[in-house]
This record gives sequence, structure tokens and C-alpha cells, in this order.
Amino acid sequence: MSMDVRHINAFLEATKTVFDTMLKIPVTFEKPVLNSAPQTHDVSGVIGLSGDVVGSVVIGFGEQTAVRIVCAFAGTRHAFGSADFEDAIGELTNMIVGAAKSKFEGLSVSIGCPSVITSPDHHVSRPSDAASICIPCDTPGGRFVIEVTFRSIDKAASSKPVAGEESNAITSAKSAA
Amino acid sequence: MRVLVVDDSKTMRRIVKGVLETVGATAVEEAVDGQDALSKVDAFKPDLILLDWNMPVMDGLTFVKTFRGKGMKTPVIMVTTEAGKSQVVEAIKAGINNYAVKPFTPEGLSKIIEATMAKVAQSA
Repeated sequence: MSMDVRHINAFLEATKTVFDTMLKIPVTFEKPVLNSAPQTHDVSGVIGLSGDVVGSVVIGFGEQTAVRIVCAFAGTRHAFGSADFEDAIGELTNMIVGAAKSKFEGLSVSIGCPSVITSPDHHVSRPSDAASICIPCDTPGGRFVIEVTFRSIDKAASSKPVAGEESNAITSAKSAA
Repeated sequence: MRVLVVDDSKTMRRIVKGVLETVGATAVEEAVDGQDALSKVDAFKPDLILLDWNMPVMDGLTFVKTFRGKGMKTPVIMVTTEAGKSQVVEAIKAGINNYAVKPFTPEGLSKIIEATMAKVAQSA
């Protein structure tokens, strides 16, 4: 099984819910596109997925957009790169990915604790054989992107030997791309 | 009402504390994970614990199991992104009193807190 439209929709719905509920600012989406080259960001919230879905989610912002979005989320302005700023980006990432995960019906998925990278024009590397989708998002505070990179593993495949599982996953990811 | 807020995110603790101001909390203590919470409950003596699930060191579910295992009756509300049916059932079995899913509105979390405390008062 590979990434399909239901997984992408889960991230769209989760992002909209989090922004509507916690930030009180609207968010709109452009058409998700295949992530052929890694996007560059000034700050990234990164969370790993494991279980029936293995992969990662990166929510990437430019500096000014991130400062404005953190202000809306935390209710106070934090300096770019400060501990409080990074905490807010991490929690925002955690909330979006957690809400999306809950919409993966029939799949048992765990998420890790978020990591935050703050560095001008960085990109987050990903395995070359994994399917990756970029979701461009727009808010009054600026644009940001969600990079969803994963391969799904059905429960039967996950019980196979590791070498066989890896082979199937690569085939699945390439066909999805 | 004395409330212990357990969450590894300072941002989330700040947001939750804002909600607690609207429901009559008289004292709020913060803990960054389950282990930190266990070290603070005896001294702080909370009337209510608001608990995140996913935290480093000791997660919320382990905290609840440990806390209830010691015979502690303080009401616990899990406040988490973990919204799957199986997770909710697992948390209830472990001994939580109520469940709030992130993201939440301030009004939504207030109602859950008030309903939980009203139920506890009724059964006391």
C-alpha cells in the first residue's frame, strides 16, 4: 500500500482544524505536488512516523512567517530561534501530525517527539526511494509547506522478513511517485 | 482548585493555564513529563491533573498507571493529540477520568474540566 489521497486529505483537514481552532487564522491550500526536490526553509518542525506507516513529516516556514504564526499560536511574540519559539513550532507540528494520524483509519501509527531545525535556507533530507508530497499552505501571516514523506506498510507486509519488506516498500514507493 | 499541568511543551502549558484562569483555578503547578509530575504531586496536592500523552522520560499513560497504582484518586484529564478509539479506551482502562483532544477551543476544554469536576463532586 502506498501514500494515497486519503493520507493527503488527512493532513489538509488536520492543518485546517489546528489553524481554525488554536490560531484563529484561516489557511488555504494549493494543489499538493510531488516533492521532486527538497524544499528550503528557515525553520522546520519534523516528526517521524512508525508502525503501519513509516516516514516523516516536515512543516517548513520562512523566518517572518514562522514568527507571525508562532505569535498567533502562543499568544505572545517569541524571538526567532529562541527556546520558546522552537517549542511552539514543535508543538504546532505535533498537533497537526497527531490530528492527521488520527484520520488514518485502520492503521496503527505512532508519532515521535518533534524536532525543530532553525537555520536559514536549510532542507531536510529524506530517503531517495520514498514517496514525498509537498502541500503548499497559505495564511494571512505568510506561506508555508508541509512535506509528507512515507511508505505505508500493511499489516501482512510488516510481518515479513526485513529484507523482503524493504524490497516491497521500495517498489510501492516508486510506483506511487 | 489546584491544578497540575503536565506537558513537555511550554507553549501548551501556557495555553492550558490560560484556560484554567477561566474555570476558577486558584493555583497551577507545571510538570514537563510524567516523572516530574510524580515528584510534584505529594507536595502540591492537586485537585485535578491535566496530562499530555506523548512526552519524553515518562509518558502520560505510564504516569496514570503508576499514579493509580499508588492508590491516588485525584481526577486526571488526558489532553492529547492521541484521538484513536483504542487509545481512548486504553487511557480509560488506565484510570483517567476524562479525555480532551488537541486541538481544542478554550470553551471546549473549560466544559470538559467543569464536567469532570462536577462528576467527581457528585460521586464524593
